[in-house]
Amino acid sequence: MADAVFLGLTVITIGSAIAALELRSLIYGSIALMGTLGGIAGFFLLLDAPFVALFQIAVYVGSIAVLILFTVMLVKRELIFKKIEDRRRKFAGIGLMLVTMMSLGAIFLESGIKDITTDEPAVDFRDIGADFVTYYWPALIAMALILAGSVTGALVLARREDVENDQRAS
Amino acid sequence: MTSELVDYALVSVALLGIGIYGLAVKRNFIRMLFAVEIIINAANLNLVAFARFLPDSSGQTLALFSIAIAAAEVAVGLSLIIVAYRMYQNVDIADFRSLKG
Repeated sequence: MADAVFLGLTVITIGSAIAALELRSLIYGSIALMGTLGGIAGFFLLLDAPFVALFQIAVYVGSIAVLILFTVMLVKRELIFKKIEDRRRKFAGIGLMLVTMMSLGAIFLESGIKDITTDEPAVDFRDIGADFVTYYWPALIAMALILAGSVTGALVLARREDVENDQRAS
Repeated sequence: MTSELVDYALVSVALLGIGIYGLAVKRNFIRMLFAVEIIINAANLNLVAFARFLPDSSGQTLALFSIAIAAAEVAVGLSLIIVAYRMYQNVDIADFRSLKG
């Protein structure tokens, strides 16, 4: 049963990752990216990490994918449906992908990872919360500052200075 | 749970390969951001998988930090896309080569 779920999630995740990059329309591409991110959240559920899975759904599927979708909608219509890629680099890219997959896959299959199994119970998500407020609290504060700084930076970057407040940005 | 650690590692290698292909071939800024997201997710999958098989909570904690930092990166990346699109009326990175003010 778990294997069937794993196989299904693998097909969804990898298939929609390819679709996100290869579909002609950027809108369908970003919806396919949502499929990839949701599939990864499913893997997290299979790995007994429900807290990370919900975080993934809230942050990635809920906000990042929607943000990307809105940015795509701000772009001109003909650019959304135009495929911009280097044809000469296409085969080189596929070759690079295959070399990466085969070399890293061979390393993983040859290493001792294959024999690692576990019968121990999964990590309790309450431990993660305890980690956050004890050992990792400086990192948590730094992360909050980075997030606030990046959102402020994004707002400053995207602001238009040539438009008066009472004018519509058209 | 019957899937082994190596299965998750192979899925993440496949996602990494797809992301590298996207970064190498695509010239659309938004598609390249998709590829970066796919690579970050491959890394997160590895973190959580290893955290499950060596039962230890720090892998999941690191994955949570990674997701939050990725959110910050996407916010800045998308605003850069908007600024570049406003300047060049295009999302092709081949057009973004001039750094003139």
